[in-house]
This record gives sequence, structure tokens and C-alpha cells, in this order.
Amino acid sequence: MSLRSPLSQALGLGAAHAGPHHWWMQRLTSLALVPLTVWFVASLLALPRLDYGHVRAWMGQSWTTVGLILLVGVATWHSRLGVQVVVEDYVHESGQKTLALVLSSFVHALLALAGVFAILKVSFGVSA
Amino acid sequence: MTRYTLLTSILNRGTGLLLSLGLLLLVFWLMAVAQGPASYAQVAAFLAQPAMKLIYLGLIVAFCYHLIAGIRHLIWDTGHGLSRAQSERSAGLVIGASLLLMGLLTWFFLFVRGAP
Repeated sequence: MSLRSPLSQALGLGAAHAGPHHWWMQRLTSLALVPLTVWFVASLLALPRLDYGHVRAWMGQSWTTVGLILLVGVATWHSRLGVQVVVEDYVHESGQKTLALVLSSFVHALLALAGVFAILKVSFGVSA
Repeated sequence: MTRYTLLTSILNRGTGLLLSLGLLLLVFWLMAVAQGPASYAQVAAFLAQPAMKLIYLGLIVAFCYHLIAGIRHLIWDTGHGLSRAQSERSAGLVIGASLLLMGLLTWFFLFVRGAP
């Protein structure tokens, strides 16, 4: 006795996964990224130079650290959701689609971790 | 102002993908800072090349567009502006507003401060 609903068997589409959650997360991350990205771009423009000293001093400020961690985390999340939509739209062969989605998830996770690690490492090295 | 809705949609997707690539650059840069001044100096030399400046320009253009087009999406999510006529009008607004933003940033870079 299959656990699938009769309709899903008739349509043959497979599992429904988490559509509404994806939609909502995309909206939340988009909303958060509006102030975060504007702040980031404005901050970079306001730095007199992008040499090591200036960048490190800027990153070491506590609220900058918090903002950068939020930016990296939310941006990689948003990017992962967006890439997922693109893959689902253009890659139709099941094996290739799965591979692409798994690779995307792994790369985005790596980017998020590396970004947060780098930010924290620099920030903790700057005296308060 | 007609028939721009398809263009704005695909541009939003395209700029989004470009910005995803830009995330690689962002993390690369952050890791360079984390690895100390000597390492950062080497990376900075690489990042200051003229070819890289083209990439920054592309990323800024992509960012300006994707931000404005994204805000339009968020406004749609509140239920406003969903009719065909409104969408076609806002498509033109998105292109105009993002060009304006790019112009503002360019003016700021060239005249208010020198590029870093």
C-alpha cells in the first residue's frame, strides 16, 4: 500500500518538497538584504582607502562585524535559493538537476562558513 | 513602455546570477584580510588590475539593477501593482531608477572621491 496520495500517483510528479517555505525565505532574505547591501556599499565607499589597515580597522568594529556576518549569511542564503530556482527551470534531467542542486548547496555553505570565519578572525584580532 | 516586462524579468535573473558569482569575490576578499597583511597585499595587487575594475563595474551595475527590480518584486508581494498596465509601467521605472542609481554611484566615484 503506497503512502502517496492518489492524485500524486496520477500526476506522477514525485514529492512536493517545501515550496511555500522557499517562497517565504526568498522574501525574507530579500527584505533583509535591502538595508544590508546598501549599508555595505555605502561603508566601502566611505572608506578612504581599501588597504589592509583601513579594512581591518573597519571590520574590527563590533557593529560592522555583526553587519558583515548578517550580510554574508543572508546573501549566501538568498543566492542559494535563487540558483535553485534557475537550476529547476533549466536543468530537467533528474540526475543532473540533483547534482547541480547539491553542488550549489555545498558551495553556498562553504562560502557562508568561510565568510563568517574570516570576519570573526579579523574582528577578534582587532583590540576593542 | 510596452513589452518590457519580459526584459526586466530576465535581467533580474541574470543580474542575480552575476551577483552570486560576486559572492565568490566577496568571500575571497574577506579571507584575504583574515590571512594577514602580507597575503592581503598580494591579493590587493591582483584585485587592483584594470581587468578586475571591469568586473567591479559589472557587479555594481548588476547590483543597482537587481536591488531596484527586487524591490519591485517585494511591492508585488504586498499585492500592489500586479495588473498588466501597472507592471509594464513599473518595468520602465525599474530600468530608469537603476540607471539613475548607477549614475549616482559613478558620479560619486569620479567626482566626490577618487576610486580607492
